[in-house]
Amino acid sequence: MKAAPFAYERPSDLNAAVALIAEADGAAKIIAGGQSLGPMLNLRLVQPELIIDIAGLAELKQAGRSGDELLIGACITHGDIEDGRIPDVTRSAMRCVAGAIAYRAVRNRGTIGGSLSHADPAADWVSALPALGAKVRLRSINGVRDLAVEHFIRGALETALQPGEIVEAVRVPVMRPSARWGYVKACRKPGEFAHAIAAVMIDPERGAACAVIGAIEAAPIVLRDAASLFGGSVTGNFRRQFDARVAEALLVEAGLANAADRHIHVAVLRRAIDEAA
Amino acid sequence: MSDGERVSAPRMTAGPGQGIGARMPRKEDDRFLRGRGQYVADIRLAGLQDVAFVRSPLAHARIKAVHVPERYRQLVFTASDLAAVKPIRAVSGLPGFKISEQPVLATGKVRHVGELVAICVAPTRAEAEDIAASVILDLEPLPAVHDMRKARDAGTALVHEHWADNVFLETLFEVDIAPALDAPIKVTREISTARQCMSPLEGRGVVATFDHRLDQLTLYTGAQMPHIVRNGLSDCLGIEQGRIRIVSPDIGGGFGHKGILLPEEVCLCWLAMQKHFTVRWIEDRREHLSASANCREHHYDITVYAERDGRLRGIDCEATVDSGAYSSYPFSACLEAAQVASILPGPYRMPAYRCRTFSVATNKCPILPYRGVARTGVCFALEIMLDAVAAEAGLEPAEVRLRNLVQPDEMPFDNITNKHFDSGDYPEAMRRAVAAIDVASVRRRQLKQEADGRLIGTGLSVYCEQAAHGTSVYAGWGIPMVPGHEQASARMTPDGGLEIRVGVHSHGQGMETTLAQVAHEILGIDTAKVRVIHGDTALTPYSTGTWGSRSMVMAGGAVGTACEKIAERAKHIGAKLLQLDPASVSLRDGRVCGPTSSIDLSEIAHTWYRRPQDLPPDVDPAGLESTSGYKPQRDSGTFSYAVHAVTVAIDPDLGSVELLDYVIVEDGGVLVNPMIVDGQIYGGLAQGIGTALYEEMPFDSAGQPLATTLADYLLPGPTEVPEPRLDHMETPSPYTMFGVKGIGEGGAIAPPAAIANAVNDALRPLGVELLHSPISPRRIVEAVLAAREAERPAA
Repeated sequence: MKAAPFAYERPSDLNAAVALIAEADGAAKIIAGGQSLGPMLNLRLVQPELIIDIAGLAELKQAGRSGDELLIGACITHGDIEDGRIPDVTRSAMRCVAGAIAYRAVRNRGTIGGSLSHADPAADWVSALPALGAKVRLRSINGVRDLAVEHFIRGALETALQPGEIVEAVRVPVMRPSARWGYVKACRKPGEFAHAIAAVMIDPERGAACAVIGAIEAAPIVLRDAASLFGGSVTGNFRRQFDARVAEALLVEAGLANAADRHIHVAVLRRAIDEAA
Repeated sequence: MSDGERVSAPRMTAGPGQGIGARMPRKEDDRFLRGRGQYVADIRLAGLQDVAFVRSPLAHARIKAVHVPERYRQLVFTASDLAAVKPIRAVSGLPGFKISEQPVLATGKVRHVGELVAICVAPTRAEAEDIAASVILDLEPLPAVHDMRKARDAGTALVHEHWADNVFLETLFEVDIAPALDAPIKVTREISTARQCMSPLEGRGVVATFDHRLDQLTLYTGAQMPHIVRNGLSDCLGIEQGRIRIVSPDIGGGFGHKGILLPEEVCLCWLAMQKHFTVRWIEDRREHLSASANCREHHYDITVYAERDGRLRGIDCEATVDSGAYSSYPFSACLEAAQVASILPGPYRMPAYRCRTFSVATNKCPILPYRGVARTGVCFALEIMLDAVAAEAGLEPAEVRLRNLVQPDEMPFDNITNKHFDSGDYPEAMRRAVAAIDVASVRRRQLKQEADGRLIGTGLSVYCEQAAHGTSVYAGWGIPMVPGHEQASARMTPDGGLEIRVGVHSHGQGMETTLAQVAHEILGIDTAKVRVIHGDTALTPYSTGTWGSRSMVMAGGAVGTACEKIAERAKHIGAKLLQLDPASVSLRDGRVCGPTSSIDLSEIAHTWYRRPQDLPPDVDPAGLESTSGYKPQRDSGTFSYAVHAVTVAIDPDLGSVELLDYVIVEDGGVLVNPMIVDGQIYGGLAQGIGTALYEEMPFDSAGQPLATTLADYLLPGPTEVPEPRLDHMETPSPYTMFGVKGIGEGGAIAPPAAIANAVNDALRPLGVELLHSPISPRRIVEAVLAAREAERPAA
């Protein structure tokens, strides 16, 4: 379990990194925390010609508020978020999600941008960030573009990144005071990959709800308008109005063949809604 | 006052002492806790090169060709290079056993994923893997035998084509089952345990080098049984034993995996001898999970017959074990299944019994003996069945057991399969466990709804562990390894220290401490002055090594016997130096004592070695050194046992299981070091919880292992293992020195059964019964949904 030979570059700034990525024309892999890419290299599941190490880039390790959103650099670690080293605009929702990612050793190195780029369906940010209404900012030598996280995650280990592009930052809107947050995952033991995730942000004042069902071996199911889960409208009584049959139908539609798996996903969603209530 | 009370009472509280029963910290902790242990991967030799293997990607295929790039011709070796090496053969003498030959590099066919096909040598492991990746295998796929239940069907592909079927061995044990068949209670179940992987912290590792001065191959290998490895290597390589030295350094967990002669070991020895490479191979986790260390895959079709009051009338069982592709050296492919028949009835009385077993060959890596060996599966099957009988009879599970367990006044007890239970009070252990887990309060709690919607259940299981069984038992199996007398050497040094040499290996058992405690018990010597030397065939007496929970009984007895000889000789010399009659002196606290004077052992040692002119003329010329052999009075084994009791909470929607409380009432005979015994139980419990709830090595229909990293193969961690409450009983074995019994494996045997019974107790109101390990969330939810479906009125 040792990686195949590869070249290694450690650019000194973001522009240099983006130039290198463009030059490599798809033959390079970007490494930040290496918590997923490291094992994949060692298992020889990926054999890139070049590894571009961005872990040292100061531009990607900053986080700051800009208007009504927080811009989080791609190389901010889960541990940074867990420990409150970046501003909290989600009333501790992100801190709680970060603190339950894998083990502390993973959180010390693993980054938010890396997690999204890897797009493992069982990863927490892949499900949590769409529910928070977050976007990713992608950079290439041609400039930047922003995508909603649910449009960025295309499938299991599949993203909208084009050759030459890199995740530069995550944009997380400030959570409204009236919004209610719920996040639940089912793991067989702490630190293990989840086998079901649900994230909900419900704002009865505005009659709005967003729900995400994740860890389904594909891109998560994102209901930007989740009113259908609550009989068509989101009210203060949303907990009682939750209709498990709608969730069940969504999972069938998403191709989850095993009834027990669907049952667990629906139970996890119900608990996330309970948590929000 | 019984003997049990006499020995246990003072020893349970032993503090400052150093002898039998002292709860003293391990001598080896100093190096382990400071990270100064030395494992195979820590060994650096001049010119050391790394080896990676080309392994079969397919479970079953004919080898058409192995293409080695021209530039690597001198660094890659295939079966044709090793033509002179004999295959590994582990033949059982049981009638009907079919012989498999395990080539060290595959010839003709590959029979499991991960089987070795070629050896690649390079300065680093990464480069060796690069070379391995460049070797192209031309394989013609054959149908994979992946399901042991179908492997016996007519028309199934044959793993070994010269056999008529895929069965290594079929056995039948019967004591007329017919009288049981009209019993009022008859429960039938199909029960199984998943294939697992042993997963010690340290995998296997091998370093091989050839010393031309000594004309000797030295193999450094993490081996529980160094002398047995030498036997096997000598057979495969066709060289005399004196030209092989096996050194087994510190080991990060054995559990049986390190008791097996590996093809990798033979390959590296061949490289060292024939190609003069100094080489190493360190097993990585993927190799460990997918190509080795598999264990535990059992299936039972079992019926239990009982009276209305729960008394057993008989058991009828057909057990199948997936033995994998080859018979592993030295334990063979049938030890697991064939043992099932003899150990299934355990400590329970019954008048009728029948058990048929099949050791089935499949296209999976060979099944290896894992801590508890067949007993974990047997305990799982039998104890689940006893709960099913209890439910049928409307009795508490504990009550059914109390009505069938051997009583203390029946000891020693020969059960229906002629297992000889040496001693113990099983009902007392049961009563203590029931009281400690407080079954009555769990029953009250079950009447109320839990606030969080979870379901509470309690379960228990009884296991027994036959340990240190010897010549007569293993001669019957006819496998390549039969233990005889165990030997130990003890030698006083000129400064009054003591060196002990044993052929067993200590790798977590703490024997560098406990064997010193034995020496202290006999000689009174400070354990700090005792050095235990093990893990080197050049320095230690022959031994079958550490397996079967035998070392404390066997090596402990041998060390005790050797120390007794030294004690006698020391007393003789001491009496002369004190100018006393040898009959008037005794040995106390490391001194030979007369009525008014005494002399320290170190002075006696000084005299023997450095002032022989002062010795008595009739001194025993054997001196202060003895190699002595030992066997218990009976070699049918000691029987440790325990009752495990557990309370669980289950979330029926998520299928999660939380262990709320865990009690173990254990009787391991006289405990040499109770703290080490506690540690053995903690570790075994963690492994048992893994079997119960987490660990599973699934295969697809092509015979591909599906859990090849620790992301897929789940092991319990600190958050999954509760701290158990332990209660020790200490019934001495009547047959062993000091009354000790083997206790190394027990902790891993009982938990799956106890946890399954607790889960089933919790879910019984839903009409759910789980019969397959591990009890995963999906299995629980599937069973709950199926039960709901069954309850729904037909449309």
